[in-house]
Amino acid sequence: MTERILLAHGGGGQLTHELIQRVFVPRFANAALARLDDAAVLELCPPIAPGTRAGRLAFTTDSYVVSPLFFPGGDIGKLAVCGTVNDLSMVGARPLYLSAGFIIEEGLPLADLERAADSMAAAAAEAGVSIVTGDTKVVGRGSADGLFINTAGVGWAPAGVDVSGANARPGDALIVSGALGEHGMAIMSLREGLPIAAPLRSDCAPLNGLVEALLEAAPAGAVHSLRDLTRGGLAAALVELAEQSGVGIELDESRLLVRPEVASICELLGLDPLHVANEGKLVALVAPEAAEAALAAMRAQRYGSEARLAGRVVAAHPGRVVLRTPLGTSRLVDRLVGEQLPRIC
Amino acid sequence: MRYLDEFRDPAQARALAERIHALSTRPLRIMEFCGGHTHAIMRHGLSQLLPPTVELLSGPGCPVCVTANRDLDYAIALAQQPGVIVATFGDLVRVPGSRSSLQRAQAEGGDVRVVYSTLDALALARAHPDRRVVFMGIGFETTAPTVAASILQAEAEGLSNYAVYSAHKTTPAAMRAILRAGEVGLSGILGPGHVSTIIGSAAWEFLPREHGIPCVIAGFEPLDILRAVAWLVELGETGRAEVGNAYGRSVTGEGNRVAQAMMARVFTLDDADWRGLGRVPVSGLRLRPEYARFDAAALYPLDPGPAAEHPGCRCGEVLRGTLLPPGCALFGRGCVPAHPIGPCMVSAEGACAAYYAYGERP
Ligand code: SF4
Repeated sequence: MTERILLAHGGGGQLTHELIQRVFVPRFANAALARLDDAAVLELCPPIAPGTRAGRLAFTTDSYVVSPLFFPGGDIGKLAVCGTVNDLSMVGARPLYLSAGFIIEEGLPLADLERAADSMAAAAAEAGVSIVTGDTKVVGRGSADGLFINTAGVGWAPAGVDVSGANARPGDALIVSGALGEHGMAIMSLREGLPIAAPLRSDCAPLNGLVEALLEAAPAGAVHSLRDLTRGGLAAALVELAEQSGVGIELDESRLLVRPEVASICELLGLDPLHVANEGKLVALVAPEAAEAALAAMRAQRYGSEARLAGRVVAAHPGRVVLRTPLGTSRLVDRLVGEQLPRIC
Repeated sequence: MRYLDEFRDPAQARALAERIHALSTRPLRIMEFCGGHTHAIMRHGLSQLLPPTVELLSGPGCPVCVTANRDLDYAIALAQQPGVIVATFGDLVRVPGSRSSLQRAQAEGGDVRVVYSTLDALALARAHPDRRVVFMGIGFETTAPTVAASILQAEAEGLSNYAVYSAHKTTPAAMRAILRAGEVGLSGILGPGHVSTIIGSAAWEFLPREHGIPCVIAGFEPLDILRAVAWLVELGETGRAEVGNAYGRSVTGEGNRVAQAMMARVFTLDDADWRGLGRVPVSGLRLRPEYARFDAAALYPLDPGPAAEHPGCRCGEVLRGTLLPPGCALFGRGCVPAHPIGPCMVSAEGACAAYYAYGERP
């Protein structure tokens, strides 16, 4: 018989304790968590040489409600770790510690929870972060959809690193780290049961390694802005950056990479790949003199091997993103109004 | 991306654009009937490739946009009936009616469900045998056959709690109404691709015959549209009026006989209310009396009250081709996609939404 989550697993009593000991502690194995205190007590940042500045803390949180829970290329657990790791990375911080809150629907097979926890552990190991504290709640059938996960993360931004959506300047080179739309279309094709030859894989991945390599390769202060491409896709990320920095952005459609299978499903569903989510891609705005080095460093990384220059920051049309099409025409790019695809992350 | 590249090849696009420039000597005003064409033209910036002599105007081919407020108001009233689930395509829920919207009716406790197809609506009916599921049938000859099929399916299954409110419309009738009104001097029509797949290119023969203007049917890729425009320019320059089919990979002369038969079996022609065009004779599809038990209009004879449009919204003129969206004083000011005042700013096929998304903004 399938072991399932019971309401009592969330009651705070013996069953809760057993669940945590069985599912989470061994997988997220680290000393801070194993103490099971009410809060984890942590080393704040790597030891630094006397006389140097300590840098700053980065702190973020996000909740994950994807449906289905498991999909080619990832699952809700991997997403929950990568999403928060990536958010920390986008301000130039090194992700260190994560918390994980689980809201579980009564009746969820225990094996599903274990599978999600396994991928959290694997993603955390890959990203070099520790999941040091957490919480588990169980809600009645129908009050949640299987499993919701919240993660919060703390990272350390070394002194001198100043990466922000507000830092873009006219002249900056625009680098996109790879192919567009792969997470959103993987989920959508699965959900709609689209007739496709091979299942699309989500690109869900931790990007902190890529960002570290980029920051190392570029001269100090040359990496102005970073954004990971999540809901709303490249379009939403660029419009945000243009607005935040008060600059215009020009994008070259012919330099963007969209895989044929993603392009054809987008066409089928009437979606624009520019609006479709990734979970393992970023856009970087970099001082022009650092662009070559930045690109080379990204290309040497697993998650940046297809990085490419795809546009530039301009002084014209502040707050707006203009796309140059392969036909030689141009048009505005904007964020979508509503949800293009509900519950993809 | 081979399939797409074939229809987006920059070199071929340039060649077509050059050909159009070389051919065009006199002003030519072309109406693209279909909202899908308006979006493709804006998305690929195609008008930038055309000479100033060639003008493109969007037409009435946006199903959500031409739906009259009375029909919207009816749907909203229906959503407030106990025991009723209103199933509809997504765009429609955000369109403001005279006093409310389906979205608002839903927030106020009405049961409105967004579906992607009539299959979803039928599934809803099966899942809720104690309620009646009413599908809002809007759209042209492209969607009407699938709605007809859903009624036949419900009949076959004995699914007595499924019904349709039919506000379907026929496209040639709208084109005729615009030409009869004579407000815009049109010199050519870019014929709708998907609609013509169903009704066939022959359905447009009345354009050259009765109105003396050419019509070229086009697909939705950049090269499809440029080819059709080049064809229209050529016809215009030589003074010939005929129907051309530049979408031969999908459209035939007679169209899809099976779909036509399905429509004819379930629907009958009737006068219909259009936003922008008013009441147009024999331009709507009503359920035949034999299917009255699936006809929401017969099952729920509701009076939604007097219909009223927002006084500043000029969707009607946009749909008739007498005004381009930026010509509306509310465009991009009071009316934006997040807070639409008229349906043309809501729909994925609406001209105001296309101009706002891809084009100029105040
Ligand atoms: S811009 Fe808005 S108010 Fe003006 S015509 Fe279009 S939809 Fe109506």
